[in-house]
Amino acid sequence: MGTISLKKVRKAFGDVVIIPGADLDIKDGEFIVFVGPSGCGKSTLLRLIAGLEDMTSGKIEIDGHDVTDVAPAGRELAMVFQSYALYPHMSVRNNIAFPLKMAKVDKGEIEKKIAHAAEILNLTEYLDRKPGQLSGGQRQRVAIGRAIVREPKAFLFDEPLSNLDAALRVNMRVFIMQLHKNLATTMIYVTHDQVEAMTMADRIVVLNKGTIEQVGSPLELYNKPRSLFVAGFIGSPKMNFISGKEAAQLDAHTIGIRPEHIDVTASKGLWNGTILLAEHLGSDSFLHVDASDAGRLVVRAPGEFAGKPGDKISLKPVSDRLHRFDSAGLALARG
Amino acid sequence: MATRQAQALGRLALAPSVIALAAWSFVPLALTIYFAFLRYNLQDPDNTGWAGFSNFYYFFKDPYFLKDLINTLLLVGSVIVTTVVGGVLLALLLDQPFWGRGIVRLLMISPFFIMPTVSSLVWKNLIMHPVFGLLAGIQRLFGAHQPIDWFGTYPRFSVALIVSWQWLPYAALILLTALQSLDEEQKDAAAMDGAPPLSYFYHIVLPHLARPITVVILIETIFLLNIFAEIKVTSVGGFAGNLTYLVFSQLNDATDVGMAAAGGLVAVVLANIVSAFLVRMVGKNLEA
Repeated sequence: MGTISLKKVRKAFGDVVIIPGADLDIKDGEFIVFVGPSGCGKSTLLRLIAGLEDMTSGKIEIDGHDVTDVAPAGRELAMVFQSYALYPHMSVRNNIAFPLKMAKVDKGEIEKKIAHAAEILNLTEYLDRKPGQLSGGQRQRVAIGRAIVREPKAFLFDEPLSNLDAALRVNMRVFIMQLHKNLATTMIYVTHDQVEAMTMADRIVVLNKGTIEQVGSPLELYNKPRSLFVAGFIGSPKMNFISGKEAAQLDAHTIGIRPEHIDVTASKGLWNGTILLAEHLGSDSFLHVDASDAGRLVVRAPGEFAGKPGDKISLKPVSDRLHRFDSAGLALARG
Repeated sequence: MATRQAQALGRLALAPSVIALAAWSFVPLALTIYFAFLRYNLQDPDNTGWAGFSNFYYFFKDPYFLKDLINTLLLVGSVIVTTVVGGVLLALLLDQPFWGRGIVRLLMISPFFIMPTVSSLVWKNLIMHPVFGLLAGIQRLFGAHQPIDWFGTYPRFSVALIVSWQWLPYAALILLTALQSLDEEQKDAAAMDGAPPLSYFYHIVLPHLARPITVVILIETIFLLNIFAEIKVTSVGGFAGNLTYLVFSQLNDATDVGMAAAGGLVAVVLANIVSAFLVRMVGKNLEA
């Protein structure tokens, strides 16, 4: 079991409020991703759940038990840190064994668990090495191994992939998803990378300045962002925002349309514009268009699109993909 | 890679300081070796000439030699143990957040800045004196009629106490900086792994301190082999003298320059043996 619920969790350092009050229910076995720009409080929230920071007020329950005053080790959670935080003077074997030794598990049992974890993580031949002799990806796997052997109620990941190179990051991402599938344990994963969030999460928690902006499945967030912030944060390239006269015509303060939801037509579109820049990625072409009334827009066109900078084009938004926002940045109902 | 020309230029530029340094250390050493093989006693100026190894022979036969050799090692050993153990504990304490920590840290290093002669005088006359001393006063407060005469009864302990007091801040400061460099996420990881305080100290903190501890031991040994002021000022040379003091008394009391030079060379060899041993130990620790 591994349900975690946060009730009005608040964290402040003196007058500086980091998290004004967060409510969240995490179901057993869920893969939850906390995502947001740096400084949004996502790591702090994770550390509050881990018990590494004290809450200013509020309550955290794990499996229905109030753990607000329980020390980190007593919460039966395991954490994988950004820097891996391996113990440099211990061999891989001892690193993985450390939490078990602290829990006074008997030796034979420890050996069995280490062997099992090492097999899953492909670390068997490195067990007697020191962390300093391992590559970044291997260290990452040792850190995961140290977390697995404890059989925690939930795994907490604090930006675990940000120190890896791009190729390895993709591999480890798949690996962690696989691990989640096999273990079926609750995982909370913190990242600032919305691609990681979209690909890995069952549900994404978008944080902005310490406040939970929206909680939902990746597609919910993509299709029905509840605020300008979520709309702008989820999706790549960013959603186009248009305000002023064009928005007022639709009774909104701001309207948003994703680059992939604008069609390029020869004529008779809603907006006419000039191509300023064309990024040809092969699969897609991203056009930066100066559409006089609507401002500057990014439009996704097919990969074989032949437009060059300077060409005149006409743009037609997919009407049921238009998002409308009021002056406070909140989404309005589809009109 | 530097070009050959740049290397030659570098050597040329370094030459003056290398030559000055070499002269600075080689000339005194060469003179000491020269004197060690001469008959050279200021009270017997007519008796000159080569002495062969007799200076060494008589230095080793001196009843004080073995005693002072043991004293030297005891002093070095006891001060190192005291300062390292005390230094670790003090560093742990100073690493905790408490009110006025900045000032305490600043004050802590002060014993290290006091001249050994001055601090020895203070210890001898104000603290450990059997009549006027602070410790004697405390003992009398508890009803003692005959307070302990520290330097008379426990000369080795007293000297070790003074020297430990001087070197404790040094050890504590180095170990404190090392403690502060302990990775925060490692502390968090240990907290998640459920390490109770003592296990945390033993498994995480102590291994992290292994290197700075070896550095402290190495540096302290080099300086502690040459302790002199504390022994001279507290006049315990006859009981707790070390090799440095023996060399001094050969030169000053017996006015035997030849024998003092021989003793100096013996001390150099001893220092080399100890430091070779330590460097190997430190090296092993630094490899890990």
